[in-house]
Amino acid sequence: MTTVTTQIKLTPEHSARPGVSMRSRLQDALPKIVLAPSFAITVVFVYGFILWTVYLSFTNSKTFPSYALTGPRAYQRLWRWTFESDPPSSWYTSIINMGIFGFLYIFICLALGLFLAILLDQKIRGEGMLRPIYLYPMALSFIVTGVAWKWFLDPGLGLEQTLHQWGWTSFHFDWIKNKDFVIYTVVIAGVWQASGFIMAMFLAGLRGIDGEIMKAAQIDGATTFQLYRRIVIPLLRPIFLSAFIVLAHLAIKSYDLVVALTSGGPGGSAWLPSNFMYEYTFKRNEMAVGSASAVIMLMTITAIIVPYLYSELRERPR
Amino acid sequence: MLRKLLIGTALGSGLAFAAHAQDVKEVEMLHWWTSGGEAAALNVLKEDLAKQGFAWKDVPVAGGGGDAAMTALKAMVAAGNYPTASQMLGYTVLDYAAAGVMGDLTETAVKEGWDKSVPAALQKFSVYDGKWVAAPVNVHSVNWLWINKAVMDKIGGTEPKTFDEFIALLDKAKAAGVIPLALGGQNWQEATMFDSVVLSTGGPEFYKKAFNDLDEEQLKSDTMKKSFDNLAKLVTYVDPNFSGRDWNLATAMVIKGDALVQVMGDWAKGEFNAAKKTPGTDFLCYRFPGTDGSVVYNSDMFGMFDVPEDRKAAQVALATATLSKSFQSAFNVVKGSVPARTDVPDTDFDACGKKGMADLKAANEGGTLFGSLAQGYGAPPAVANAYKDVVSKFVHGQIKTSDEAVTQLVNAIEDAK
Repeated sequence: MTTVTTQIKLTPEHSARPGVSMRSRLQDALPKIVLAPSFAITVVFVYGFILWTVYLSFTNSKTFPSYALTGPRAYQRLWRWTFESDPPSSWYTSIINMGIFGFLYIFICLALGLFLAILLDQKIRGEGMLRPIYLYPMALSFIVTGVAWKWFLDPGLGLEQTLHQWGWTSFHFDWIKNKDFVIYTVVIAGVWQASGFIMAMFLAGLRGIDGEIMKAAQIDGATTFQLYRRIVIPLLRPIFLSAFIVLAHLAIKSYDLVVALTSGGPGGSAWLPSNFMYEYTFKRNEMAVGSASAVIMLMTITAIIVPYLYSELRERPR
Repeated sequence: MLRKLLIGTALGSGLAFAAHAQDVKEVEMLHWWTSGGEAAALNVLKEDLAKQGFAWKDVPVAGGGGDAAMTALKAMVAAGNYPTASQMLGYTVLDYAAAGVMGDLTETAVKEGWDKSVPAALQKFSVYDGKWVAAPVNVHSVNWLWINKAVMDKIGGTEPKTFDEFIALLDKAKAAGVIPLALGGQNWQEATMFDSVVLSTGGPEFYKKAFNDLDEEQLKSDTMKKSFDNLAKLVTYVDPNFSGRDWNLATAMVIKGDALVQVMGDWAKGEFNAAKKTPGTDFLCYRFPGTDGSVVYNSDMFGMFDVPEDRKAAQVALATATLSKSFQSAFNVVKGSVPARTDVPDTDFDACGKKGMADLKAANEGGTLFGSLAQGYGAPPAVANAYKDVVSKFVHGQIKTSDEAVTQLVNAIEDAK
């Protein structure tokens, strides 16, 4: 304080400056000040707890956290379970299911979403009505989707029963009761819910494409297929990135869908790693194993997402 | 302005202090008995306490069931904010007691004579390190058959006394075109049934050694293998659509007469009661064939936490009321279970309840009262769930033979210990 006042006295011609710089400095700092609380909350409750989880995974925490480090026993157990395929360990089932579900869910949603968007983009009548119909499932929670599909797919209640009553008695569809196919019913329900949303994203992307380019290509004699293959889809690349990230995180966190749709499936055959984590941490009182599985999930996601983001975001400026 | 505020706060906290000096006439309770019959049963306790001037405060639990409640309890205890008491199951009580957060009710227990009236097997969970930490509310037993009497009469069946007679009875039902066995294909239901199968196949001594002491010799014995074979036999009598079904829907199949029998704990009786069915005329309750004389139990407990001094009086009142004969009788008549003390008169109970109480008393005296492994009273949750995994994988075909099942069972239990 004193130095500032003496400065003012010594150089009166600069008396306006400190005031201006104070204000502009405040203005510069304002966004940081406003963001600080949410930043602090994120640091503590996201990154802080990630570190805490990592720490717990190296302890022998059971019902309650214990803080004495006891080495990577939890990881050793998970590693051993990773290769127990016959009969499958719960962890083996979980990661195999994650692979099947993650791949099919993301791939089918992208393909179906793009296909529907292209169809809707053909300047058809009633688009305003069709769009919300496809988009609507996204407004439902996973629990509602899960319960509705559970009833629909149940051989004694839903589709099979109805078709039998209509006379098609040879119809057989019991995937939801079948240990080898139950994970595909989770894919069906998940795709039903998310593909409309992905369609909306692609539709927005399609609408953003400059009509001039399309016309130029048509004048050059490009067929419709070539038009989409060579021009439209490459131009939609940023949408693919956003859609992929949205779908990937939905796939990884879809714990509730599995619970509502299958309650774990016959003999636990529909588990995903998130089910495994919750089950071990909170029901089986093996917090260390639960934490270790959470850490492995995080590392897997990081290993997939970070290189992808890096390559996508680096190429953009070129 | 600021000064006024400060004075106000100081006064307020002063008042709060003054209030703290006296006892808090309030019971803060965490439980998940919210459905019709259970809530009504709990109301009896609320009224008992209200008469003594204690207010009742439920701890809200989002999402209902026991899992959500246990997660909520974990958070409360971690924050140092203990409820007066919480509904708890088996090893959870001991876990919390080991963490040093449970209160001590020994004084009340001695005064009320709980040592003598509560079965010794239950005291394993309500007494920790010589101190009473929980008040058992009821005893459920899981080795029951629930049979639709109309169907039973139609097929001309009689009470099966051995496992083979049971299979013969199921065959009769199958021949008559009824679903013989109503089962919900969720791991805890399959394991609950398997508890009974093991007791029936190996006898009481075997059950205790294998499922309470976790003796590896017994777990990998031929008797255990035979138990799995017997389970496989039973599973051939369920309908193809059983996987994932809830237990009460399986009970409903028996109530409606679509199925002959369900193997389930005595909470199934609550469903029969709710459907206005009478034991003896509409439905029959038998012990699982070959398990008469033994009781495989689980029990609901009110775990008592180490609350501040001013809340102790309310806690003692709650514990005393919980184990009072009048509440034990009134509550368990509604809940379908039997009292957690063996000296309660059975006048208000129906035929199944009377049998349950007599069986419990006999099993307690004869040393054949065993904790159910499937219900978390045989071993800690990690082991119990590993066991449920194996049984469920066997039922659903991931584990193909009983040899493999036994190996898996031994490994899984060893792993989880």
